[in-house]
Amino acid sequence: MSEPLLVLHDVSVSFDGFFALTDLSLTLQKGELKSIIGPNGAGKTTFLDVITGKVRPTKGTVTFKGKSLVGLSEQKISRQGIGRKFQTPRVFDNLTVLRNLELAASPNKNPFSLLTDKLPKTAKDEVHRLMNYVGLTPFATTQAGSLSHGQKQWLAIASLVAQSPEVLLLDEPVAGLTDEETVRTAELIKSLAGDHTVVVIEHDMEFIRDLNAPVTVLHQGQLLTEGLLEDVKKDPRVIEVYLGPAEE
Amino acid sequence: MKLLKRLIPWILLAFALFILPTFLSDFRINLFGRYFSLAITALAIDLIWGYTGLLSLGQGIFFALGGYGVAMYLTLNTPSEAGGNGIPKFFENYGVGQLPFFWQPFWSPAFTLIAIWVLPAIVAGLVGYLIFRNRIKGVYFSIITQAALMVFFHFFNGQQKLINGTNGLKTSTTELFGLQVGSSDMQIWLYRLTVILIPVTFLICRYFTSGRFGDALIAIRDDEQRFRFAGFNPVPFKTIVFLVAGALCGISGALYTVQSGIVSPQFMSISFSIEMVIWVAVGGRGTLVGPIIGAVLVNYLRSLVSEALPEFWLFVQGALFVFVVVLMPDGIYGWVSKGGLRSLLAAFGIAPKARTYPQIDQEGPGMEMKSPAPTDSSA
Amino acid sequence: MELFFSQILDGLSIGSVLLLTATGLAIVFGLMGVINLAHGEFMMLGAYITFVVQNLFRPMGGLVFELYFPVALVVAFFVTAIFGVVLERTLIRKLYGRPLETLLATWGVSLILIQLIRSISTSMVIGIAAALAIGFFGGQFLSKKIGDRPAFPYLNGVMWTAAVGIGLVVVNSFSSMRAIASPWFGPRNIDVTAPKWLQGSWGVIGGIQLPGLRIFIILLSAVLLLFVMWFLTKSVWGLRIRAVTQNRQMSNCLGIPTDSVDSITFGLGSGLAGVAGCAITLLGSVGPNLGAAYIVSCFMVIVLGGVGNLLGTVFASLILGIIQSVVGSGSLLTAFPGMPPAAKSVVEFFATTSMSLVLVFIFIIAFLQFRPNGMFPQKGRSVDA
Repeated sequence: MSEPLLVLHDVSVSFDGFFALTDLSLTLQKGELKSIIGPNGAGKTTFLDVITGKVRPTKGTVTFKGKSLVGLSEQKISRQGIGRKFQTPRVFDNLTVLRNLELAASPNKNPFSLLTDKLPKTAKDEVHRLMNYVGLTPFATTQAGSLSHGQKQWLAIASLVAQSPEVLLLDEPVAGLTDEETVRTAELIKSLAGDHTVVVIEHDMEFIRDLNAPVTVLHQGQLLTEGLLEDVKKDPRVIEVYLGPAEE
Repeated sequence: MKLLKRLIPWILLAFALFILPTFLSDFRINLFGRYFSLAITALAIDLIWGYTGLLSLGQGIFFALGGYGVAMYLTLNTPSEAGGNGIPKFFENYGVGQLPFFWQPFWSPAFTLIAIWVLPAIVAGLVGYLIFRNRIKGVYFSIITQAALMVFFHFFNGQQKLINGTNGLKTSTTELFGLQVGSSDMQIWLYRLTVILIPVTFLICRYFTSGRFGDALIAIRDDEQRFRFAGFNPVPFKTIVFLVAGALCGISGALYTVQSGIVSPQFMSISFSIEMVIWVAVGGRGTLVGPIIGAVLVNYLRSLVSEALPEFWLFVQGALFVFVVVLMPDGIYGWVSKGGLRSLLAAFGIAPKARTYPQIDQEGPGMEMKSPAPTDSSA
Repeated sequence: MELFFSQILDGLSIGSVLLLTATGLAIVFGLMGVINLAHGEFMMLGAYITFVVQNLFRPMGGLVFELYFPVALVVAFFVTAIFGVVLERTLIRKLYGRPLETLLATWGVSLILIQLIRSISTSMVIGIAAALAIGFFGGQFLSKKIGDRPAFPYLNGVMWTAAVGIGLVVVNSFSSMRAIASPWFGPRNIDVTAPKWLQGSWGVIGGIQLPGLRIFIILLSAVLLLFVMWFLTKSVWGLRIRAVTQNRQMSNCLGIPTDSVDSITFGLGSGLAGVAGCAITLLGSVGPNLGAAYIVSCFMVIVLGGVGNLLGTVFASLILGIIQSVVGSGSLLTAFPGMPPAAKSVVEFFATTSMSLVLVFIFIIAFLQFRPNGMFPQKGRSVDA
């Protein structure tokens, strides 16, 4: 195996004495698809917060391509190629679908190029391709705020892909989607893996099975186990944290 | 119909330029000139509040800086106001014998013309940057700008020896191009200048609010955190827009000063700066036409009420704040353009109700696209 | 040196008044995320209530009159608290989740309150009562008759406008009767005489006189602060307030009446402002514009102290009070006469009350560059949700 892309080493995060993450170590290879599960409060979202710079780790290191990410601002981490979709779909409500995507696809992120440059043809084509793929073309000129929940999820994912990041961190991408949409999202994510490195956090086990990717289980801010879904499901510790201690 | 819509602004402009002066008295024209110069401030506030979501309660700083800039030039160049050693008379009252250093460049008209917008822009950029880089936003930003305003007010109010303190600077007696600034001929020209500058400001604001830069501003307003995660740094965006608004306020303040004949620390009173915000709210924020309407309308109302029942203006103004915020959050322009007028008429049975299924009526889209069809169309 | 210490004592008492006001502002801000720009006017109301109570007690004279101040404190607290609750129920509740709009609407309320104090007279009270009665009963009548028609809200608006118009006519029709048309307070400042037991010195410590007024104000705010702390940490409603501050939706789900919590908090905050207004009357004469002078200092306290943090508020307000008093009076010059001329001219430059505010602001902006979240920032996931 080559040099890992993203490495978390011994990361701890504490909020006033409460540890959201405890000595968590994790590596991501290039092109890998990994899903993360765990009961509520396991530290899944904090895990993403640490990578994307929203929360500074109390202890430990986060390195991306060999360089530390600790202390960098969110926008700098994002520009290095780490994109994130939030748990609730966050889109810019007062921009149309098209403009949401065009803003995300802007290659230069400084204000002056937004003011003077036109969006390059390649980016425009990519925006239209994505919009078509997620079925939002009929809503191109609709304000994102008036989309349905499912459409917002898709727009959020599409905006993320439009940023063309190397690593995609997806926090609950299928929450509130219909079964059909869930299947389609799984397809989309699988098609992204390979070129991109993808981390998916989900509660929906059907969806995790569809992804057919290695699973990491977090519990109380610690790594419980890793492996394929079928194996993980048999692990007595996993059963215990999900269902409570076995009564015998 | 479309042609008419395109022509409306030009017709209004021509009306304001040529027709209005013919039937209004000089006094009224001067008042309208002031309202129009305030409309420029309203546009600036719309840029930062309506589009970017930054509610500044301190735009009076930049307004007053522009005013003081032009007033310093005019005061210096008024022979009748000059004291013994060639510097303005008021300095003698405080025993100041030498012109303070920052007055020196204001002998030059060219410097003054640049300073009235560059100076406020620099101050705005600096203050803005120092605030924004610490991720101070929302209500916090508002109260810090208000505190800044208060500080500037006290500074200008307390420094008699530097800037004539409470008394301010008078501008009406200077001669410019052979005319007294306060004379009615000069005032007509200033009025025309103001009227022409409104579409110019409008275009400047449109330049910043259309396109992806404008989208970025709206994105900051909607969800700044998300904006960061998309790889953008909001600080330069906000600083630029705050700086531009500062410059516009400076120009507006300069125009207002020459038309009202005086600049004083009262330009930086807390209430005046909040009032500016209500012009935008009344007209309709997030649109570029609304603020102009709002500024002219509210100020016109103000002079009407103050002439009739002076002590009632504060009641009216207070009620206006509450009314607009609670019942008309989109302002007049937003209310009309979102079909408020139609639903008002419909409520009284005058116009037909909006049809629920425009597709069926073959009316084409555009009426009720608010709740799109169920999600299967996207699946 | 003695002068210097008495300036610090002055600073502490100004800081205490700031503390009372800012605490009210801060708990409301912490709970609802809104800044009440009419907070300063609640203070002003408190001051005017003190004035009214004093005038009511004056005829009784003697010992009874000496006791007017404690009564005024209690009355000021409850009346402004009621004002606060009414404001919260009628206006602020409608604007929940729109903090910037709340700022503007409460500013509108503050303008109305200022003008009300300036021009309120018996005839005006009659006029307002008439307008409210017509508006309220007319609204009831309309809603019974045509409440379900789409035109109802518009007609209701027209009816209220008419009610206000009738109120104006009523006020005007009394304008010739001087007895009821002359304003109660007018636009000029009013003076409250402190009771005898507060005047003069309360003793001497280390050669320094302890002025009764100042000590009383400091003690008063300390006691009230302790009460607020006790209320927030030990009482049932305090527990509820803290719960809603941390997570409104969760509290709602647990059956905490968030509506009442909002009202009570707002009432408490406003009441504290009223008491602060009461205390201010001891420091000098007060006028309708009193609020504006203090509210900005309160903002500075909140910015410096951090959001919804009582400890931060205490430190920030005392520090600001002392800086304003010590720097503003120029007593640094007398305390340290041996300073170099350059430093001396700087101190002189800032040695007025208004210039000391300038200094404080520069200090705060500089401070924020290092500690953007105030002196005692909150931690955790919910901070910037």
